[in-house]
Amino acid sequence: MKLEKKLGAATRDAYGKALAELGKTHPNIVVLDGDLAKSTKTDNFRKVFPERFFNVGIAEANMVGIASGLATCGKIPFISSFACFMMCKGYDQLRMSVAFPELNVKVVASHGGISVGEDGASQQSIEDIALATSLPHFTVIVPADEVSTYVLVKKLVDHKGPVFMRTGRPKTPIIYKEGTDFQIGKGVVLRRGEDLALFAIGHLVFEALVAAEELAEKGVQASVIDLHTVKPIDRELIVQQAKATGAVVTCEEHQIYGGLGSIVSEVLAQGAPVPMELIAIRDTYAESGTPEELMDRYGLTALHIVKACERILKRKKK
Amino acid sequence: MLTEAGSGHPGGSLSATDILIALYFKILRHDPKNPKWPDRDRVVLSKGHGAPALYAALAHAGYFPISQLTTLRKLDSPLQGHPDMRRLPGLEASTGSLGQGLSIGIGMALAGRLDGKDYHTYVILSDGETNEGQTWEAASFAGHHKLDHLIAIMDYNKFQLDDAVKSIIDMEPVVDKWRAFGWHVFEIDGHDMELIITTLERAKGIQGKPIMIVAHTIKGKGVSFMENNNHYHGVAPTKEEAERALKELEGKG
Repeated sequence: MKLEKKLGAATRDAYGKALAELGKTHPNIVVLDGDLAKSTKTDNFRKVFPERFFNVGIAEANMVGIASGLATCGKIPFISSFACFMMCKGYDQLRMSVAFPELNVKVVASHGGISVGEDGASQQSIEDIALATSLPHFTVIVPADEVSTYVLVKKLVDHKGPVFMRTGRPKTPIIYKEGTDFQIGKGVVLRRGEDLALFAIGHLVFEALVAAEELAEKGVQASVIDLHTVKPIDRELIVQQAKATGAVVTCEEHQIYGGLGSIVSEVLAQGAPVPMELIAIRDTYAESGTPEELMDRYGLTALHIVKACERILKRKKK
Repeated sequence: MLTEAGSGHPGGSLSATDILIALYFKILRHDPKNPKWPDRDRVVLSKGHGAPALYAALAHAGYFPISQLTTLRKLDSPLQGHPDMRRLPGLEASTGSLGQGLSIGIGMALAGRLDGKDYHTYVILSDGETNEGQTWEAASFAGHHKLDHLIAIMDYNKFQLDDAVKSIIDMEPVVDKWRAFGWHVFEIDGHDMELIITTLERAKGIQGKPIMIVAHTIKGKGVSFMENNNHYHGVAPTKEEAERALKELEGKG
């Protein structure tokens, strides 16, 4: 079946939609935003439930602390800002006031990765996954499209404990059919092949699918797996796919250190060491440009994934 | 407790002791046998290094056996070096990274307001920790939202780890600052028990504003060789020092 590129909503829009719906069924949800509600899309919730929404101002540390106090009283706080500000400015508060006491705070941060585009490096979050996964007790989720974001946001509410979810700024190709179900902690095999396995998150899942299709035309069959839950990672699926294919490429819109590639490497080093390639940002900050230009310049498109696959097939044969 | 542990912060524990006694034995609406009672008043010790004084108050109030106090800082003890709310009943927050408690207290007070509950949230801050910017983010928020039922108490003992507060970053004029952020401010002697109690009672009646009680205290209060001697910020007394200190505190010195 030929892959069709059909743009859906941005994952941040899917968050806003799901959150506003959750507000109806869950009176305990309180939403806090660091003055970016129109961008993070918590504005959708504010419009329906203004009494349970607080713009805390440009004060991320205080926002995290307030969420902590709310959670001790049985509220389910959802807090949002841009991923870079949330994780970098709120890190100590997330550590001491949320992760350490294991409080039920849902951190959903938008503008993940460099596909933020023209605003440039200060607004592009490339370290958030490393920071979030480093916090004990935190679950970390990076959904790939509108459909999976919507479902996973709805699942957050019944998931006990702190969660970090990254959403993105641009409209994103639709990968899943409406009504698809997702489980936190369980990867999704989108395509099966025997030559190599592509593990991807976020915007790179679609790129991995495109790459797999191009590879298929050259006679190479690649598995494509959406590892939307980065922590706890689906170890079983990773090991199983690595053993079945003998070569692994990870794909993420994140700094190469501490992201998906690092985590999959840790799993495979113990479970099934196979040749690996990492598609990620190579220890640098990006710049202003269109999302498409930046994804190309920093090596995050299907073309780059295909090249990595070709490299790894040579290593695999040796 | 600290001598048994071999480490800890005696100075800042003793300066906050009278405030904690007033809270746990005269002011709080609480039930030590039901520490999760939804309508209870909350206490957040933002200056987490004052934990020994809080633990002593909790034990004497009946949250856990007094005999457990000597396990402070030992492996497997619920009495961690700094408060860990998961391990000890009666602890409302995990603190120890300074500057975070006021925000947590705001969250508790806000939850109370949203639920139409009338409990009070008390946050004990140190003077030095108000160096932290988060304190002022929190102060702005509470002032803007006219968050009553939130009562902060600053244990103003005039010292922080390295030296006197005023020699590092002088936080004066403290009263004016909190007032400017929209808080109702009291200024009291933090060792005058009757005054502490009457001020807390008055504070509970104030509506439409968060409350700050600036309590002037003495670091190491009650132990002659520790009073205003910053050596005892983070050093536990020796066995002999502890015996002398306890005699003085028991009025036999």
